[in-house]
Amino acid sequence: MSVPDSTGPAVVVQDLRMRYGDTVAVDGLDLEVARGSVTAVLGPNGAGKTTTLETCEGYRRPQHGRVRVLGLDPQAQRAELLPRIGVMLQHGGAWSGVRAVEMLRHVAALHAHPLDVGMLVDRLGLGSCGRTPYRRLSGGQQQRLSLAMAVVGRPELVFVDEPTAGMDPQARRTTWELLEELRRDGVTIVLTTHYMDEAERLADQVHVIDRGRLIASGSPQELTRGGGSSTIRLVVTEPFPASAPASLQASLGEGTLVQEINAHSLLITGPADAGTLATVSAWCDHEGVLPESLTLGQRTLEDVFLQITGRELAV
Amino acid sequence: MTHVGTGTFVPRPGAAPMRRMVLAQARMETRLLLRNGEQLLLAVVIPLIVLVGGITAARHLDLHFPHSPVDTLTPGVLALAVMSTSFTSLAIATGFERRYGVLKRLGSSPLPRSGLLAGKVGALLVVELLQAVVVGGAALLLGWSPAVSVTGLLGALATALVGTAAFASLGLFLAGALRAEATLATANLVYLLLMTGGAVVFPPSSYGPAGAVLSLLPSGALGTGMRTAFLDAGLPAVPLLVLAAWTAVGTFLTARTFQWE
Repeated sequence: MSVPDSTGPAVVVQDLRMRYGDTVAVDGLDLEVARGSVTAVLGPNGAGKTTTLETCEGYRRPQHGRVRVLGLDPQAQRAELLPRIGVMLQHGGAWSGVRAVEMLRHVAALHAHPLDVGMLVDRLGLGSCGRTPYRRLSGGQQQRLSLAMAVVGRPELVFVDEPTAGMDPQARRTTWELLEELRRDGVTIVLTTHYMDEAERLADQVHVIDRGRLIASGSPQELTRGGGSSTIRLVVTEPFPASAPASLQASLGEGTLVQEINAHSLLITGPADAGTLATVSAWCDHEGVLPESLTLGQRTLEDVFLQITGRELAV
Repeated sequence: MTHVGTGTFVPRPGAAPMRRMVLAQARMETRLLLRNGEQLLLAVVIPLIVLVGGITAARHLDLHFPHSPVDTLTPGVLALAVMSTSFTSLAIATGFERRYGVLKRLGSSPLPRSGLLAGKVGALLVVELLQAVVVGGAALLLGWSPAVSVTGLLGALATALVGTAAFASLGLFLAGALRAEATLATANLVYLLLMTGGAVVFPPSSYGPAGAVLSLLPSGALGTGMRTAFLDAGLPAVPLLVLAAWTAVGTFLTARTFQWE
């Protein structure tokens, strides 16, 4: 069992620029996706994730730059590309009166060697709603059906846009397990998400984008390891004085990074040892602020995003 | 990190043969058209009401046509049935397909746009055939005796096909340019206006001096074409030309304006 034509990157985006009126959606984005990998494109709402994906899927013509998917131009070689990729849209994509399994069978019929529909229905837990009209499916069921439609044609590459947005934990796990199995069978997966845990669990490679630009790339481990692996979040009852981040930074010295998250909380990245905690406590006492919570944790992709952009990623 | 997969999802991409894709699309669209209650009302119930109502009215109002009321009205009601499906039903369905992202979804499937269009036309023709059976059957029960000839039947078939093309191109223009709700309202309004004032059910001559203009509307041409075929067993050359011209206009407008999402 071999993956056809498995040379070269699965996706290449070079200096992509897209704007809608005055809004710049994508601002000189470069990224590559290796074949057989799971790549997460991470960023807050409005970062340009969906626009980038839709350009790769051939829905939008690049206004500037170059996009290649499986070595093909998604616009000029659309007919050749489409059978080889699967696309999971963020919303909709089915007739309101169509039954769930009927819709999946229809998409399967458009492909030469589709997966067994019954198997896929079981795998995604859609059996109980197989005869339910699309409009009466829950949000999570619609998402899972959408994923099923993306993979039923046995594509080499699937684009999944926010695959688990609005899903309950059980459905998220089911979805993740399916994506992991696709990867093991050699399918390349590009997913957008604004969930850290999703990217950390699934992705081999993470591209963090913000305001249409690539701001960091690497494996989740590489991204979270850089700049100290531990974090301390300090939340206080009264707003900090404006000078607080600088004065705490001065107290902690080199090797530790203090960032203001908002008027009530600071993020400290560095060695989370007894010495650091003692310094933070002493500083609180000196500044006369009352800690509400002091949380120690591993540095997450969320922290990485916060440190690069100075803003929270969670939406 | 090496894992051995189960092999279930090993890529094996490929488009189904074009014929199979078009058939699947036509089957799907036919099922959806027939499943929708309002569409069925539009497709069968209204034409039947117009047929029975028209015959009853002609009798009570003592209207005189050169032929019996059922012979005069049935071709027009068949034309109305074609119009309701190829224009109103198609426009509404396509408008909501845009709204619900169905066109977008299919746009990333192996089905090309030409295949999607072929599937839609296939579904329209199947539904129209069912309509013709129901309306024609009811008319025969009411005493319809069409002039039967090879020329006439071919003329009726050609009129129905070119009429479908004309109204479908106009319906797609509407659906591709307006929002779904606006398409719904406009398609129904235009249908009602053409049904009552478009010389589809009643011959253009019943509208007095306006008749000449009405003959140039797609509705008038479709109705007249059917009447020529079934009343005179003739080949409706002029109506076919008018419908072909409307097809060209509708196709041009649709190609220029259609928004897929």
